[in-house]
Formats: sequence, C-alpha cells, structure tokens
Amino acid sequence: EADAALRQLQDASMGSLTMYVVPETSSLLPQGTGVYVGRHRSAVLRAGGSLATLHARLQQLAQLMSFSTASVAAALSDRVPDGRLSPDGRRSLKSSLGYEITFSLLNPDPKSHAVDWDIEAAVNCYVKPVLDKLSLVANFSVDSQILYYAVLGVTPRYDKESSSFLLSTHSLPHVINPVEARLGSSAASLYPVLNFLLYVPERSHSPLYIQDKDGAPVSTNAFHSPRWGGIMVYNVEAPASPQASLPLHVDVDMARVMEVFLAQLRLLFGLSREELPAGFLLESPGNEGLADWELDHLLWAHTVENIATVSTTLTSLAQLLDKIGNIVIKDDVASEVYRAVASVQSAVAHLGTGHLHSAFQASKEAVTSSERAFFDPSLLHLLYFPDDQKFAIYIPLFLPMAVPILLSLAKIVRESRQRKKEPTKMD
Amino acid sequence: MAAALAGVSRLGAAVAALLLGCFCCCGAALAGGVQAQAEQFFRSGHTNNWAVLVCTSRFWFNYRHVANTLSVYRSVKRLGIPDSHIVLMLADDMACNPRNPKPATVFSHKNMELNVYGDDVEVDYRSYEVTVENFLRVLTGRIPPSTPRSKRLLSDDRSNILIYMTGHGGNGFLKFQDSEEITNVELADAFEQMWQKRRYNELLFIIDTCQGASMYERFYSPNIMALASSQVGEDSLSHQPDLGIGVHLMDRYTFYVLEFLEEIHPASQTNMNDLFQVCPKSLCVSTPGHRTDLFERDPQNVLITDFFGSVRKVEITTETISLDRDLDGFETKFPEDELATEPLKYAEQLPVAQIIHQKPKQKDWHPPGGFILGLWALIIMVFFKTYGIKHMKHVF
Repeated sequence: EADAALRQLQDASMGSLTMYVVPETSSLLPQGTGVYVGRHRSAVLRAGGSLATLHARLQQLAQLMSFSTASVAAALSDRVPDGRLSPDGRRSLKSSLGYEITFSLLNPDPKSHAVDWDIEAAVNCYVKPVLDKLSLVANFSVDSQILYYAVLGVTPRYDKESSSFLLSTHSLPHVINPVEARLGSSAASLYPVLNFLLYVPERSHSPLYIQDKDGAPVSTNAFHSPRWGGIMVYNVEAPASPQASLPLHVDVDMARVMEVFLAQLRLLFGLSREELPAGFLLESPGNEGLADWELDHLLWAHTVENIATVSTTLTSLAQLLDKIGNIVIKDDVASEVYRAVASVQSAVAHLGTGHLHSAFQASKEAVTSSERAFFDPSLLHLLYFPDDQKFAIYIPLFLPMAVPILLSLAKIVRESRQRKKEPTKMD
Repeated sequence: MAAALAGVSRLGAAVAALLLGCFCCCGAALAGGVQAQAEQFFRSGHTNNWAVLVCTSRFWFNYRHVANTLSVYRSVKRLGIPDSHIVLMLADDMACNPRNPKPATVFSHKNMELNVYGDDVEVDYRSYEVTVENFLRVLTGRIPPSTPRSKRLLSDDRSNILIYMTGHGGNGFLKFQDSEEITNVELADAFEQMWQKRRYNELLFIIDTCQGASMYERFYSPNIMALASSQVGEDSLSHQPDLGIGVHLMDRYTFYVLEFLEEIHPASQTNMNDLFQVCPKSLCVSTPGHRTDLFERDPQNVLITDFFGSVRKVEITTETISLDRDLDGFETKFPEDELATEPLKYAEQLPVAQIIHQKPKQKDWHPPGGFILGLWALIIMVFFKTYGIKHMKHVF
C-alpha cells in the first residue's frame, strides 16, 4: 500500500534499509501490529510508549532484516562448534557458484494414474521469477524428469478413522534413499543439486498424508531435507464412480505444487519466516519469492561465508607450504593466490562501506581463485620428497662409492704437497 | 607472498575476532520448543554420507581382500548410501579373473552362499588406477579437472565419511599393488588436509590388514574414529578357504563385521560400542583395536547408520508462499496431435552398385624407404668387400 508509494521516495540501494517511525495512533498500520515490513527495503514502525520500547523494537527489526548473531554463526557454520548452531544454520546450503534444481515426478502406479504435469509452463511462470531474483546470488539451472515405478522405501500405515494412509515422521528419513539412486544427480556439473520430488501415491495407498509429531496430517503434505531438497505428496481424488476406466488422467495443479516447492527452496536457502517476534507483520513477496531485504540478507551471509572460507583456505595452503618446504609453486597457482588475496581485501573493504553487491562479487572471485589455488593437482605432497628421505636413499648409494674417491683425492693432495716441499729441500 | 598471506591471516583473524566478539556480546536464546524439535532431528549434525572403500592388493591369491571390500560395499549400499556417494577402488578384478571357477561372482561365505559382487556393482577405480597418488588425490580433492564425477569425493562440511582399507600392511604402512606403499604419516596428513578444507564432518576409518593399528597411530585431526583388525606386531588372519574356488574367501575381522552388519537395517539404533565388540580374540585370533580420542561425541551415541547408512535428516515443511495464479504466461497447452509427415525410410546403407563396378585402386608409388636402402647398401658393400673393388668397373 503505502510501501509502494514510499519506495519512490527513497533510493533503495542494495544493502540499505529504511525504517519509518509513525506515531502510536496512526492508522497506517493495521490494529495490533507494531511493525510492518515491506517487500522492498523498508519497514514501518509504530512508536509505542517510551523510547526504550522503541529502541528494543528497532533492534528486533534490525536483527530480523539484516543480521543477528545467529545468522553470523550460520554463515560461519563450518567453523562454529556444533552445539551453538540454530536449526536454520544447519539447514542452509553452502554458498556455491551455482546450483542445479531438478524437479521429478514419481509415479509408482502408471497403470492407475496417467499423470500429466506441465512443468515447463510452471517453471517459466513461477520458478523463473524467483530464480531471476536469485540470479545475483548464483547461477541456476533447472531440469525435470518423470520416474515411473519409483516407490517410496516405506509402507504407509492405514488409519481407520480418517480412512487414509499415514506416513509417520520417523519413517520419513528412510523414504529418500531408495529413490535417490534413480534420481540421477547430474553427472555433468559439479554444482550442488537440489531435488524436488512430487510423489503421486498408488491407487491402493491413496490418499496418503504425512503425519507430524503430534499425529495431525501436515497441511502442505511435504517435507524437506537440508542440503538435499524436498518431497511433496500429491493425492489424487478417488474417481466418483468405481467403474471409471483406468488409468485415470491426472492434471497436476502446478500452482499448489510450486507454492510448496518454492517455500522449500526458500527454507533450503535459510530464509525462514517462522520465528517472528510478536506484533510483526511481513508483506508477502508475491511471485518473486523473496523480499529485497531477504535477498540482501542472503547475499550478506554468502559474502561472509565466502570471506571466511577464503581466509581459512589460504591459511591452510600457507601451512602446507611451510610443512613441505620444497613444493614447487607454479606461476598460475601463485597468481591465483595473489588474486584471491586482493579480492578478499576488496570484499572486506566493500562490506565495511556497505556496498553489498561489489562485496559479494569480490568474495565470489576470491573463493574461485583460492579454491583453484588450493586444489591445484600439482600440490600433492606425495610428489615432493622430504629431505630426510632424500638422504636416506642417496647416502647408501653414494657413500661407499665416495670413500675410495675421497681417499684418493686426499692422497693426491698429500703427494702434491710433498712434491712442492721437495724442490725447496733439494736446492 | 608470505607477507601477503600473513596479511590475510591477520585479516582473517581480525574478521573472526570481530565476529566472535559480537557473537559473545549478545546472548542468544532460542525458543525452547523449536530447539527441542530441531535437536531431535539433528542429533549428529551430518546431512550426507560418503564411503571410500579401497582394496589394495593384486593377484588371485588376494581374493579375500576384494571380497572384504565388496562385502562392506554391499552393506553400505543396502543401508542406503547410493553409488554416487561411494568411491570403490579395487586393485584387481576377481570376478572376471581367468582363474575364477565361477565367473562374475565373488563369494564371501564358504559353500558359496553369498555373492557379494551382485549385478549392480560400480567400481570407480579399477586395477592399475588404484595407486597411492590417486587415493590421496581422492581424499584431498586435488584432482585434475578432467576427472569424472563418479571418481571424485564431493563431500562437504556436513558429510560423514567411511573409509575402509584392506590389503597387506605392516608397521606403519599399507602396500598398494605390490609396488608402492602409503605410510601412516601420509594418511594422517591427508586427513589433516581434509579437515583444513572441512571436507568431512566425522570420519570413520576401518582397516583390515596385518598390524593395522599402526595406521591410525598418527592421526591428529579432530572427529576421526578408527578401527583396526589387529594390533602392532600381530597378523590379521584369513577366515576360511573354499575348496571349490581354491583361495581364502574373507579375512576374519571383516567376516564378523559383515555378519554384524547383516543384522543392521536403516532404522536400527545400534551404536558404535557394539561394533567395537565385534570379533573378540577368541574368534579373530588377532586383537582388534579402536581409537576414539579424537572423536567429539561419545561412541555410545554414535549410531552405526551414521556412517554405514544414509539416514537423512528431514523436516516437515510448514510454510508455504502464496503465488499469484492469474498470470498471462500460464496457458494450458493442448496436446497437439502428431502430424503425419512423409513415411521415413532408411538411407542407402551400402552402395552396392559402386562396389561391384569398382575399379582397382591405383596404388601410389613410393620410393624405397630407409630400411630397404640400408639393406641393399649392406649387401652391395659385403659383395664388393668379398670380391674386391675391381669388379666395380665391370658393373659401371
């Protein structure tokens, strides 16, 4: 509403946030909400009571919209001891140059269900806007496949009261493995793969619901696994007449499916809207999938993670080189190291001044260079022999040979000295 | 460059100190309920599993080492780790060995009860590709860019890796292919390189060779648990020969480990302490050893499936986003009927006409090559040497 109007007023450059404070009695915010966070980079705060509560609310808002200690720990998650991480921190994907997203339709019962999903249109319509917005963060490539006769690893239980089949929470971890072998995580690219599976249960196991811890069926009928992807169960309504001809033609409602998949994608990236302080209202980002400030948050987290990775990589490379003194550093490895150091310095400088986009680009360059330097095939310590091994091999060979040579050299020297003395004596 | 690196490390330390400083300043207390739920799911902190299984010996009489590795491979696959996450290195091919009376099989039990070769085995490094260099390249990741994905260990900081090695070994080394060896120092350094780059979350190292415990003596990186089939000074013995095949089929330690693993299923809660008890001295003749001092968690809390299986951590998705459905771009496509084009036929495969009426190809004349020339020069020289040079004027 007013947010769109306000957007024209400010210049929302990446990495900046604008907060407006309105008086307590203003009608701009709906009743009961203290803070409204827009989908771009601004928020509207209601000034309540004393300055202290305003200060507290501002701090909460700042922590939500930009970063907090938990998100810092999450970004550095591989260096932080395990006990201190929040669940968000363990779930999110590691920063990478690209991701591959695979949508799979699993049809275990093609004789009963002829499932048709218009994945291309759905990807163009719903997924592409989100990925376009995320294109600053990484390169994405999307593919899709249909798998027939792919069954889940667990048999669901039949529940008489709801006359449906239920999958309990503790059987969910075993669902993924039998399917994973058939998914064909890409052989071509080295980017991490995110799999989103849509499972249409067999006719004999329909309808199938996922049960959460309390025994209630989950509204989305979906679950996800950190750093892997998500699975959604799509129930086909039983036909009205039992004599309907098999196979039933099923047209998948792609909008409903994509709502869940895109929500899972957000969760996998660590953008969760679960733990909101009371009185906060977030505007839905619509088809773009994420608000501008969430994108900033993601970029910031990835930049920090990249910088930390680069510093540890270069430090451990230096330690390796210290340990094995005679490793030969090729010129291109050296230039990669220089480039990495320069990029990480500029990334930190840009972060300090708040230029998020250039900081992120610099950090990406730094990570690429440092990884290339660290993982260069020529740096295998096996190829370089420590000095003590060289001595141990060559001394037994050369010492016995050298003994007569040295002795005869000594003899020659002695004789030449004696000869020099002779003429003086015989004069 | 050293100065630059020193600068970077100072910078890194400064960044880390700043971040840790603000981390320590603000106390973070999460809502208790959410935390408890998450803790249940994230008990071990890993999200994926990898396995590197290495058999290092060649030759038919080392059948048992290949059988060892394949039985661990089989268990690991059965418990859920997919082939894309297993790097299997076999130094020799027993199933298709000309001396194998039952081709395409590798048995692990006497009387040929269990064929561990199966029909879906995927060997990533075979035969002469199993070298110390390749093994270390797999572990450290310093692989040439042309290596296919199946030959790489693409683990990250949340991977639990199982490393199983078998073959002939001694005090502090393991023999590869009868021509080279890997020392415990090199192995420890490789693990340290992995830790520096955070290529594993937790590592389980199992070795079944003579004097296997010497291989894990030098480890110094955190989060490593190691098991060995025998102590320093002891030999690991093989289990039972099969008279039909003519060689020993398995080593004792791995045989009993395989029996133990056959009872594990993906949902079992058996922990590592049970694995430590496998194969006591009465059965194994050697004393199996283990090392857990570098491991953070208590082995009591470590499930077997944390390393041998692939139990995913899952969370229920409770959020959805709302999408705007009325969009112009989304039109339902009507399936188009396949328009019948002209009937396709094969192109001419064999130009018979040309063959039958083919003229013989003209062979180009080449001057005689060096060999022929040299041969003739030799013959002429010998002739003139024997019969004298005066004959030359009769020739010319």
